[in-house]
Amino acid sequence: MSTPVLEVRNLKRDYVSSGGFLRPAKVVHAVKGVSFTLEKGRTLAVVGESGCGKSTLARMITLIDEPTAGEILIDGIPASAAHVTKELRQKVQIVFQNPYGSLNPRQKIGDVLAEPLALNTDLSAADRRDKAMAMLTKVGLQPEHFNRYPHMFSGGQRQRIAIARALMLNPSFLVLDEPVSALDLSVQAQILNLLKDLQDEFGLTYVFISHDLSVVRYIADEVMVMYFGDVVEHRSREAVFAAPEHEYTRTLFAATPQADVEHIRARIARKRELAAG
Amino acid sequence: MPLLDIKNLTVGFDTSAGLFKAVDGIDISVDPREVLAIVGESGSGKSVAMLATMGLLPSTATVTADRMTFEGRDLLGMSAAEKRKIIGKDIAMIFQEPVASLNPCFTVGFQLSEVLGKHLGLTGRVARDRSIELLQLVGIRDAADKLGAYPHQMSGGQCQRVMIAMAISCNPKLLIADEPTTALDVTIQKQILDLLVRLQAETGMALIMITHDMGVVAETADRVIVQYKGHKMEEADVLSLFENPKSNYTRALLSALPENAVGDRLPTVSDMLFEAAPGVR
Repeated sequence: MSTPVLEVRNLKRDYVSSGGFLRPAKVVHAVKGVSFTLEKGRTLAVVGESGCGKSTLARMITLIDEPTAGEILIDGIPASAAHVTKELRQKVQIVFQNPYGSLNPRQKIGDVLAEPLALNTDLSAADRRDKAMAMLTKVGLQPEHFNRYPHMFSGGQRQRIAIARALMLNPSFLVLDEPVSALDLSVQAQILNLLKDLQDEFGLTYVFISHDLSVVRYIADEVMVMYFGDVVEHRSREAVFAAPEHEYTRTLFAATPQADVEHIRARIARKRELAAG
Repeated sequence: MPLLDIKNLTVGFDTSAGLFKAVDGIDISVDPREVLAIVGESGSGKSVAMLATMGLLPSTATVTADRMTFEGRDLLGMSAAEKRKIIGKDIAMIFQEPVASLNPCFTVGFQLSEVLGKHLGLTGRVARDRSIELLQLVGIRDAADKLGAYPHQMSGGQCQRVMIAMAISCNPKLLIADEPTTALDVTIQKQILDLLVRLQAETGMALIMITHDMGVVAETADRVIVQYKGHKMEEADVLSLFENPKSNYTRALLSALPENAVGDRLPTVSDMLFEAAPGVR
């Protein structure tokens, strides 16, 4: 078997809030020992509610935050957030949830896209410009957008820019932290399609963080459910959706709104009964 | 007689590029005890229509309507002082960002009793007892302790519960919920939706749910209005909307749901760019 793109061994992260005079320091165990491997070209969805540690996990595997304990191997090479080499930074990139907050409002789109190249490669300015221009069209934007500022774009377009920026370095895997939860339904569909197309074209590996099970069902190969810092379930999409094993997974399923006709009919019938009785 | 009756509502904003019509000739009516959902994307004018009804738009907006009545009383011709007696009491509203809609400088208890004092004249002990009762009603544990809490000390779900408690404190006849669960997790969303539906059934108030989430519509609404770019695309009861959508836009919205994916691709709204409805650019 080939080396997995990403291997995580017993990853832990504690946050310590500093104590005060006569007040002990408080420790929050955000991630409590997570292990998994991810093969090339696959999509792993990490599911859970806010505060379950999924974003902390994302920050650790993108080498932004250092884990308290545990190991991260990217393409078989041990990685540490303490000193990220240029090669490592080229292998892993992230797209954040809120496209309104993750782009510098004073930076033109062309510069947004070229900056990762300027920082991590030795390409000339002209090469960087060409690459940025090519990526712009790849994510469905126009060449004339090159010299515009982020505020001139809609939410969906901004998320395209954020994805383009993450892809500039040709990464081995991409961490997507709730990339569509701030978007409208129709725009969400466009972005999800774009992600699938890009995955096919570049052979990308995704770690897709979400709390929306319907999106996860559409995009994921494997599903990992987190609950209070622990992984409670990690199986293939089909297995998880066919028969959720853990109590918490079942709670998540029950909470997801159902939009099928039978469900609505049952709800209306219940309501009528209630009104009559 | 409908509780709220709006005919041909138009809301325009003066912009540097001329008049922009956010809402263009929309009719909305809600009966007592009814749950109406208004669905649309950002920019479809769904929130603006309701803010216009509440009189909460800035002065740059021009609101015109052939008719806008609440319980038969004309909301348009009414003086501001008269309107204030209805708004916040008989018509209440909750907003999308619960943490941002509460005042960060005051405790939850203060903000709740302010509403009770202004509209119902309750003060002191009586207001405090009623506040505790309201917080218990919306499912906040240790209600008495939470009266002294500031919004930042509570989670998003708890803040939304406080917003709901404030909104129902005067037993409104109509509650407008503007994307009440968009900022919340699925599990919390479920709790808040259940709470709203339960309160609606218990108190018999009418409820307008503004949302872009078809799942939320399916879980709560009796009747649905679909809006696009300030125009009404379709109006139907919830079952026929999902079973047999009449407008192409509704069909496009429904097929963009990830669970309705056909094969490997999601159909998007622009894929099925519909033959423009009359008046829509």
